[in-house]
Amino acid sequence: MKAACWFGKNDIRVTNVPDPQIVNDRDAILRITATAICGSDLHIYNGFIPMMQDGDILGHEFMGEVVEVGKGVTNLKPGDKVVIPFTISCGNCFFCRRDLWSLCDNSNPNATIAEKMYGYSAAGLFGYSHIFGGYAGGQAEYVRVPFADVGAFKVPEGVTDDQVLFLTDILPTGYMAAENCNIQPGDTVAVWGCGPVGLFTIKSALLLGAERVIAIDRFPERLKLAQEAGAEVIDYMEVDVLDELRARTSGMGPDACIDAVGLEAHGITVDQFYDKAMQLARLGTDRPHVLRECIFACRKGGTVSLPGVYGGFVDKIPMGAAHSKGLTFKMGQTHVHRYLPTLMDHIVNGRLDTTFLISHRLPLEQAAEGYAMFKEKRDNCTKVVLYPGTA
Amino acid sequence: MSYDTIGNRPEHVSGSDGQPNVAMPERIASGLAGVALTTYAVAKRRDVGGAAMALAGGYLLFRGVTGRCAGYTLLQTGTSDATDSENAVIPHNQGIKIEKVVTVNRPASELFAFWHDFENLPRFMPHLESVQVLDNKRSHWVAKAPLGKTVEWDAEIINEVPGEMIAWKSVEGADIPNAGSVWFKALPADRGTEVRVVLEYDPPAGRLGAAVAKLLGEEPGVQVRDALRHFKNLMEAGEVPTIDGQPHGTKGRSPSDAPQKRASGEDMGVATPVPVHTAAPEVVQPVL
Repeated sequence: MKAACWFGKNDIRVTNVPDPQIVNDRDAILRITATAICGSDLHIYNGFIPMMQDGDILGHEFMGEVVEVGKGVTNLKPGDKVVIPFTISCGNCFFCRRDLWSLCDNSNPNATIAEKMYGYSAAGLFGYSHIFGGYAGGQAEYVRVPFADVGAFKVPEGVTDDQVLFLTDILPTGYMAAENCNIQPGDTVAVWGCGPVGLFTIKSALLLGAERVIAIDRFPERLKLAQEAGAEVIDYMEVDVLDELRARTSGMGPDACIDAVGLEAHGITVDQFYDKAMQLARLGTDRPHVLRECIFACRKGGTVSLPGVYGGFVDKIPMGAAHSKGLTFKMGQTHVHRYLPTLMDHIVNGRLDTTFLISHRLPLEQAAEGYAMFKEKRDNCTKVVLYPGTA
Repeated sequence: MSYDTIGNRPEHVSGSDGQPNVAMPERIASGLAGVALTTYAVAKRRDVGGAAMALAGGYLLFRGVTGRCAGYTLLQTGTSDATDSENAVIPHNQGIKIEKVVTVNRPASELFAFWHDFENLPRFMPHLESVQVLDNKRSHWVAKAPLGKTVEWDAEIINEVPGEMIAWKSVEGADIPNAGSVWFKALPADRGTEVRVVLEYDPPAGRLGAAVAKLLGEEPGVQVRDALRHFKNLMEAGEVPTIDGQPHGTKGRSPSDAPQKRASGEDMGVATPVPVHTAAPEVVQPVL
């Protein structure tokens, strides 16, 4: 089959690889019909994710048709159209049973490595480095889905791929980011970053009853999408974000601040993390310090929610401000399994639309072009979806 | 809490808490040497070396009188046999002892039953090639050893409490004398079962041999931790997660290469052990 494989920084190629096979009883094999490039795939593309190996198949946002199931899977059959959460979860451990699916104890074959880095290992992920299990991803014609009996959600008849593809990651991620803010009537929520997750966070916050959402970015087309999603916007190139947020919230600050940007700081050992930080400092980049800004901007007793991914250590976090203002922090990879049925229902019944996000539709063979375009935000690129078998 | 392999707890580490860890003949020798060294240093030497000798002699004397050696404590070893029990297969504090713990979200009785059938052990202990149960006490074990060799021994269950613990040890004459125990403790509020394993063995070349094995990548602590993790995987999820045999790109491969292909949909509802299929399916997907 053809698959988008990683061969190093900025080097992604669609090559021929062997087809995946059933390995464990709870596996299923899918024929992929649609698969998206995620903002977090760009961290890999940019070479910031450690423990990638040459030839790793990328992609964690995918859906398709079941072609084969292991003998432990009785609720799926060939021909079923399904969407797959990007987190791999067993459904039986302490964490899965408590609806904390992205913290599954039993899905990371490299848990020992993850434990060295984080103390305890979270769930395995598709196509997201060997720290998270090294599972082959779904930017391919076929994929093996472990624990498919709990990790494949059937798509009802008459619903298109574009409508439900983002249930795999970015829609539940935006939803969880908003839900983590415990939104109350009258609340104002500020969202940093109007990429796909930020945009879905805006929609979710409004769906969950926020009075106002204020979105912060600098790209005009993204600010426009944020406005269309129902947010007021701030272009951080134009104004001082902290002053502006204070002014727009009657001098009180937003009730919740959401960092939908994250930080590209990764490594394996302490010194590598430190080196990377030093390297970045020497480069003197002007990357926004979103987490710090969230902490300063948030009203007293408010919530800082972090859907943006952090991988290693961060420096100079204003812990005094966070403590003194009694902030609550919520974060983590998304418990996709928890949210997917609810969100599917919203989509099927027309309460949520996600198709507005897709700016580029390409055959799988043009994956490399898709990555480059998404990275450089060329041609107003907001989201690339690849369709295997359409070249 | 620490356990010994036959179920006594807490395990007593001699020397570290003021208990003697030097055997009596060695204490007498140490004391005499201490007296001799100190006397020589004080009587014949008046330099820095003499002072050092006097200090060393003083320490040997102290060691002889008290029976405590800080060096042995640091090495977690000793020559005192004060804590050896009748069931010990390994001279006290001379083997390698590993203790690991994991929480498994299943009832203790179920975990006990699975473990009690020793023929299940190779399913989650990758360093075991096989275990054959001979009768309700004895079993025959075959383990992988460094450099592709195997070691075999017979073991017997020496203690068990249904649903709570099993202890076993190798019988007389094993190449690598070893003992192990596993403890199951129900946790409160539906939190599953704590599973604690204590393994002890006497490596062929003592601690040095163990250190060499470690260098060769056969680290027993890691093996036991991985084994416990696999046990948990099996008991909770029904399988051990793996990416073995999954596809992977190769640099420079051209699309005309013909790797193994899947068969088309309808003829494969159930997994088959034969991995080679023919003919890729025709994929029809409208470009949107």
